[in-house]
Amino acid sequence: MGRAWKFGDNISTDLISAGRFYHLRSNLPELSKHTLEDARPEFAAGVRPGDFVVGGRNFGKGSSREHAPIVIKMCGVRAVLAKSFARIFFRNAINNGLAAIVCDTDRIADGDELDVDLAVGVVFDRTAGFQLPFAPLPVVMEAIMAEGGLAEYIAKHGDLATPHERAGARPDAP
Amino acid sequence: MSESLDQTLAEKILTAKVGRPVKAGDIVVVPVDLAYVQDGTGPLTFRKMEEMGIPRAATPSRSIVFLDHASPPPRRELAADHVYLREFAARTGMILHDIGDGVCHQVAFEKYVRPWDLVVGADSHTVMGGAMGAFATGMGSTDVGVAIGLGKTWLRVPETLRFEVTGELPRGVMSKDLILRVLGDIRSDGAAYQSMEWGGGAIDRMPMHERMTLSNMAVEAGGKCGPIASDGETRTYLAVHGREADWRPIAPDSGARYAKVFDYDGPSLEPVVATPGSEDNIVSVTDPSLRDVPIHQVYVGACTNGRFEDIAAFSKVVRGEARHPNTRVIITPASKEAYVLTLKSGHLQTLLEFGAMINSPGCAACPGVHGGIPGDGENVLSTQNRNYKGRMGNPNASVYLGSPLTAGATAIYGVITDPRTVV
Repeated sequence: MGRAWKFGDNISTDLISAGRFYHLRSNLPELSKHTLEDARPEFAAGVRPGDFVVGGRNFGKGSSREHAPIVIKMCGVRAVLAKSFARIFFRNAINNGLAAIVCDTDRIADGDELDVDLAVGVVFDRTAGFQLPFAPLPVVMEAIMAEGGLAEYIAKHGDLATPHERAGARPDAP
Repeated sequence: MSESLDQTLAEKILTAKVGRPVKAGDIVVVPVDLAYVQDGTGPLTFRKMEEMGIPRAATPSRSIVFLDHASPPPRRELAADHVYLREFAARTGMILHDIGDGVCHQVAFEKYVRPWDLVVGADSHTVMGGAMGAFATGMGSTDVGVAIGLGKTWLRVPETLRFEVTGELPRGVMSKDLILRVLGDIRSDGAAYQSMEWGGGAIDRMPMHERMTLSNMAVEAGGKCGPIASDGETRTYLAVHGREADWRPIAPDSGARYAKVFDYDGPSLEPVVATPGSEDNIVSVTDPSLRDVPIHQVYVGACTNGRFEDIAAFSKVVRGEARHPNTRVIITPASKEAYVLTLKSGHLQTLLEFGAMINSPGCAACPGVHGGIPGDGENVLSTQNRNYKGRMGNPNASVYLGSPLTAGATAIYGVITDPRTVV
């Protein structure tokens, strides 16, 4: 269980991890103190382990900075929920083992108590009393997520091929 | 290989890379022809490569480190990152472009990107390589670490949006105005996960430096890539850069299947600007709401519009004119080539006499690292590609986006001004 921190549409990576903190990118603990600072200044100090970041459309638009999902994860965020994600942010989140879930976030209110079952594919809003199902990741991303991230995946398997491909099938085979 | 004549540029290139026909929606593992990082993403890339057990480059001669965002470094933390990046490049044999060489995408385009290439860069504006007839896309540090270390990446073959532009752009209108207009129409997620392919008479006649701006801003619509056919203009560009042997033609098939086709009439386009907060807030440069907005800083630079031709376009507008006393002007050439040409053409003198300041080649103020961070409450008109809150290093400043011609007119009058009144 964790609380929903609600954000609007088009949360850019500049809002998540601003360019003025560029010099902190090799000091992630310091950088994470400024997570989402320009969107909600109270976020980094107030977020608790298990909380959820809840965006609207096109969450994470803009730059390729992988530091954006990394600092969100470092804040203890359980998952980012959004109606849609910008593609680089989405890849970066999964590559760092941060659950990025596409669902209809309009019904979730700021502060709602949320829970998620990643295996089943459902978000629970305990405050409002409803469930939001979500679709599974593509096979290749599911394999990366299962290892906790791309670096962990490569360290373990030594290559990019998914389990399906290693078994002789194409990577997009069901 | 596919004999059917129904492939988009993205599908064609990925088909050639994979070695079997692919179509939109397929997930493929593809060999990478060129992979690069910059100084903001590279340190994480290399630490992740060490963590993954692949601290090496599969093809060192096609793996590059660019020191461009902090060029030269304004802080010791960033200088420390540079020390690590130089050391890793030396250890792995990767190519190093040190501070002063220019923005990664611009230098990559001048020296390395080839038609038909699969290019992966740890910077979202890697998509600019599309103007070469390449499949070029931005990714995060770890993905690019895998591309450098293993020489491959995975991709979902994107659907394609086709942007067909007829005629010619009128006087005072640049491709920046075209892409901003498109962003206003399809919004900042209008091409999410898709390829933005450009064509039509206006694109065929468009010089390479203008095509590059279109491909550069594909990511501002959420696009995965922004490819343009490789033609005679591409060949000329490569020849001028001593790389004619790299030229190969590529064009989409006549029966290519597009998710959607957008038609634009070149002659009816006008100069526009993006108002602060998002690159898709588009208004005409003549919009009355702009008249009362004092512009404190004009910024000409970035991979979007920091090429020699962009600086020259600005310079021709301001030559012999007086700079508005309350509007400072900062120019950042996108590459050493752009800087040298600005010098040799005499524009550097024009710019200095006009009262402009010149930064070293690099990204400088665009991503808010150094070289022209605006003050609280100030307004900037920049030729860059993004104007999000905080983008130029100050969340209390406002950034408008426009073309180099609009920048020139604005520098003279101190408010956003229609360049058609001065060109």
